[in-house]
Amino acid sequence: MSLWSRIANVLRGDGLSREIDEELGSHIEEAIERGRDPAEARRAFGSALQRREESRDIRLVPWLDSLRADAVFGWRQIMKRKATSAAAILSLALAIGSCTSAFRLIDALLLRPLPVANPERLYVVAFEDRGPDGKTQVYDSCSYPMFRQMRAVARGQAELIAVSYAERSDLTYGSDLEMEKAYRQFVSGWMFGAFGLRPAAGRMLTENDDDKPGASPYAVLSYEYWTRRFGQNRNVIGRTFQMGDTHFEIAGVAPESFTGTETGTVTDIFLPMAMKNPRTLASPNNFWLRTLVQLKAGIAAEPVHQMLSATYHAAEEERVKSFTAIERRRDQARQEKFLLEPAGSGRSNLQRYYRSALTALGILVALVLLIACANVANLMTAQAAARAREMALRISIGATRWRLTQLVLMESIWLAFIATAIGGLFAWWAAPFIIGMIDSPDNPARLVLPADWRVLGFGLALALGVTFVLGLGPALRASAVRPASVLKGGEDPHSRRRLMHALIAVQIAFCFVVHFAAGLFSTTFDRLSHQPTGFSAGRILNLETLPQRPQLPVYWQQVLDHLRAVPGVEKAALTVWPLMSGESAVGDISINGGAPSEVYADFLNVSPGWMDTMRIPFLGGRDFVASDANPAVAIVNQSFAKQYFDGESPIGKWFERAGPGDARSRFQVVGFVRDARSRDDMRRPIRPTAYVPFQSYVPSQSIGAKGAFMPMSRGTFVVRTSSANPLALASILRREVPNARAEFRVTNVRTQTEIDQAHTVRERLLAMLGVFFAGIALLLAGVGLYGVLDYSVLLRRKEIGIRMAIGAQAGGIARLVAVDVLSMVAAGALGGVVLGLASARYIESLFFQVKATDPAMLAIPSLTIVAAALLAALPAVIHAVRIDPVSMLRLE
Amino acid sequence: MPKPDSLQGSLDLLVLKILSRRPRLHGYAIMSAIEGMSAEVLRVEEGSLYPALHRMEEAGWIRAEWIVKDTGRRARIYELTAGGKRQLAAEESRWEAVTSAVNRVLRMA
Repeated sequence: MSLWSRIANVLRGDGLSREIDEELGSHIEEAIERGRDPAEARRAFGSALQRREESRDIRLVPWLDSLRADAVFGWRQIMKRKATSAAAILSLALAIGSCTSAFRLIDALLLRPLPVANPERLYVVAFEDRGPDGKTQVYDSCSYPMFRQMRAVARGQAELIAVSYAERSDLTYGSDLEMEKAYRQFVSGWMFGAFGLRPAAGRMLTENDDDKPGASPYAVLSYEYWTRRFGQNRNVIGRTFQMGDTHFEIAGVAPESFTGTETGTVTDIFLPMAMKNPRTLASPNNFWLRTLVQLKAGIAAEPVHQMLSATYHAAEEERVKSFTAIERRRDQARQEKFLLEPAGSGRSNLQRYYRSALTALGILVALVLLIACANVANLMTAQAAARAREMALRISIGATRWRLTQLVLMESIWLAFIATAIGGLFAWWAAPFIIGMIDSPDNPARLVLPADWRVLGFGLALALGVTFVLGLGPALRASAVRPASVLKGGEDPHSRRRLMHALIAVQIAFCFVVHFAAGLFSTTFDRLSHQPTGFSAGRILNLETLPQRPQLPVYWQQVLDHLRAVPGVEKAALTVWPLMSGESAVGDISINGGAPSEVYADFLNVSPGWMDTMRIPFLGGRDFVASDANPAVAIVNQSFAKQYFDGESPIGKWFERAGPGDARSRFQVVGFVRDARSRDDMRRPIRPTAYVPFQSYVPSQSIGAKGAFMPMSRGTFVVRTSSANPLALASILRREVPNARAEFRVTNVRTQTEIDQAHTVRERLLAMLGVFFAGIALLLAGVGLYGVLDYSVLLRRKEIGIRMAIGAQAGGIARLVAVDVLSMVAAGALGGVVLGLASARYIESLFFQVKATDPAMLAIPSLTIVAAALLAALPAVIHAVRIDPVSMLRLE
Repeated sequence: MPKPDSLQGSLDLLVLKILSRRPRLHGYAIMSAIEGMSAEVLRVEEGSLYPALHRMEEAGWIRAEWIVKDTGRRARIYELTAGGKRQLAAEESRWEAVTSAVNRVLRMA
């Protein structure tokens, strides 16, 4: 009660003073009224001012009051120089906002623990091996039999949970015509129990749902999906939907916080593992799930790791026994290492793909923030110099050192906190904006980005950190003023300049690093996006199509013919999946009946006219014709000829593809085409590829036996439109497909350009943000340099005037002014080169066809920065040279 | 340096006692009352009365209120709170103990 009234009194400080004054005044008046002599009464009362201060200190919290007074004073200081303060605040806000955005992204993707019980005890099984290029690669896919073996072994020490990769799948709540898409994830039924998740409605899946394959067609919806699709209607419990051939019943809704274990994707529908198709469940060679390991309380990770590793290697040895000799040889070359990696923040490919990129961006924005801080610190140092007399006066009348430090720090607190508030708003907008950039329409990255205490805490910590970086140095210097020397005419002016010059060097070094990284990133993006694809993506539209049940090639052909007749369609063809979509099929190649090759070739089924539609030029031979079928004929690319035919023309040659068991299918090469990119990894060379006809015979053991055609369960119509924007035709074509044959349905429409660009999203993001931050860093460093130089000319104008009076030339004056600072710039740039080269090693994996040690990569940022430094130095030098010695000396 | 209090730390006790007998007095009246009752023996140093009043107010022993007097001027008047009554009792018994001890010493010496 009393403390509150004292804190409240702090807030009405002036009112309090008036009240006390009035009370003391009424005492004197009372005395005079009672007939005392006014002068005597006043003398008897003593110093009213001293009494008032005593009473004030009693009636409020003195330290809080001095803080308030300093805050008001600091605010007035800031308002006095509106333009400078606004510039300082804006540059800080931009840097702080960028840092906070980077933190929000890094936190959401990499740091934030899953909202499950004991996330710190959650691990994921992963494997590391050395690829053919010698680089280690980590992957985490397991087969279901492997998972079950490991679970049985670890029982009692850890609970193992299988989760499939989240996939966008088609489903319908009504008829087949009302298909929609949702992210589904198969999970072990006991996952919800092990994670301690309580249903928001209905029930969660349990171990019972995972007992027998196919026995438990129940689904759990995510809260987000329940809200988005059903408006949180509780009546959906018990409703059914169809996915594939199976009807599922909705059993419940997961709690709001839980969005799945795959960070970056919000799972919509959870299904029991046992509902995956039985062939996949039983196959030891189908790797389609992640194994999460939840340690029991008090169990160490290492023994469990050893135990699971032993189980895994034993199981692998067993599995390899069914391999052919060549498969075994390939497998042995892999030398896998079994890993148990922490998965408390979930586990997703998005995390893996963006971890180093986000970290690099985080460091860049931190450097920009430090550059901005150095600017404001220099500004405050200069101001502290201008206020040295004020400080000396304050010390003379009894201010303590701590009090002066507080006075100056208060100003940086204002700057830092206003900047943080503005920066926070900026981050609020910027973080979702960046998520939007890494999004692709077909595979939206959905990252939960709450603005909660973690973000708030980071913002506060950042504000405090900035305050101290900015303010502590200048504050301590200001408070260390020795009144005698200041009143005599100033302290050693060089000590202050030395601090400012050191900060300039640091700024330049950081600026160099930012520019260096930005240069590497944009060169990488440039090289990657100019990688030849070998086909023409313009005006190509891919209609990925799923019929209700597999359809014979002749019906596919009918739909194709129908599409070709649609106005606006220039060319159309049929394949399985779009080029560079990330899907691929591989096969062994054996030449002249020899052993299968070590290197796989990619296989892609295409219809006649596909090469023409994709504009892949023939180097020899012919295109497929309507009567061609798979197997029998093939068209191969240059890499294929180089890999298997020693670069000779492949036309007329034969090769064989190993089928199941010892069966081989034989192909004659009828066409030879230029290389075209089929895989989605732009950093790897184009793979040997064999194109085979779209229509395939039912596989048969005997070579060349022509049986019935195999019905196809999926296909992609590739359309080249005559108008420049292929999407204009998208909705018409989507309708025309079922018009041609009712069983066919388009599940996805994508332009080829969109697919191609999706593979350089990360590089584009890094390049764009890198260049953006490089611009900001250069601007800030330039402004900082200009400010410091201008200030030092101001300080030395007397000296310069005297030098000029005794005959110094303009060139000499310019050198005098600029040489210190420019040597600092040189030192900073040198430091930046060392720092840049040292740090580039950690982000090498993000580069493509560019090396950090490339002279051009070092020269361009150096030249840019030196040019900017010269430009920034120019005004101050001109100012110095124009000083009029007569008026300067008269001023003194 | 504050001047030595001529009342030797008993100012609080006197103020509380006066206010317990005659509530709602302003500072000057409290001072006059102490001087009048002690037949001018005890003199309150005028300036130090107010910090003492404000300290007791913050301690929650007394409570203040502005009133308008008949002369039309405003005055700040004080009265005892429940906490003040307890404090008064404690101070009184402490004073009794001290004075009787001092008296014992004076008698025996």
